[in-house]
Amino acid sequence: MNNRVKELRKEKGYTQENLAEIIGVSRQTVNAIEKQKFDPSLNTAFKMAKLFELPIESIFLSED
Amino acid sequence: MTLKQKQLLLSNKLYKMKEERKKRMTQLAIWTWTWVVTLALATFGPEFIWAADSSLTIASIVLNFLNGVLMIWANRNLYNHYDELERKIHLEAMALTLGVAVIVGLTYSLLDQKNIIQSDAEIGILVGIMGITYGVVMGINTKRYS
Repeated sequence: MNNRVKELRKEKGYTQENLAEIIGVSRQTVNAIEKQKFDPSLNTAFKMAKLFELPIESIFLSED
Repeated sequence: MTLKQKQLLLSNKLYKMKEERKKRMTQLAIWTWTWVVTLALATFGPEFIWAADSSLTIASIVLNFLNGVLMIWANRNLYNHYDELERKIHLEAMALTLGVAVIVGLTYSLLDQKNIIQSDAEIGILVGIMGITYGVVMGINTKRYS
């Protein structure tokens, strides 16, 4: 699954560590999500959507 | 709330999370090392310390068993503090380790039963293989997701 997490995080001025702390995961997890090596859980995706004030489908994009 | 206050709050929360992780890892390390010590005591004690007194031998085995239960509890406690990616990495390592343990264990046992290997099958060898498998898969997975 593709995502815009890195771009949105930078827009908001957060570091990976800040974002990880806000959504309650490790910095390594944020890094893996940004590199699209790992798809987050629905719970984490919702937290990101709330933080970036965007719907989930505009952050996480299906490859289909 | 100002940006500086928000950052301060975040760094406090991060500090607390790191401290909690450290606490749980320390607990696991303590119970693991005491388990190793009590295992050594139960193994070598009857021979070298209390000259085969069976009540002391039973007590040392029970002590080792209870210590093992606490080690499992501490491991579970640490696992519950992991986030979703860390859990995935550990779960994959555990699944592969379980598979290797069943396959290698039964093959090893068969080799012993059919007298294809000279020595008796030792559980320690299987535990060693499980430890190596877990470590290798953890290393590969950690690198894969970094």
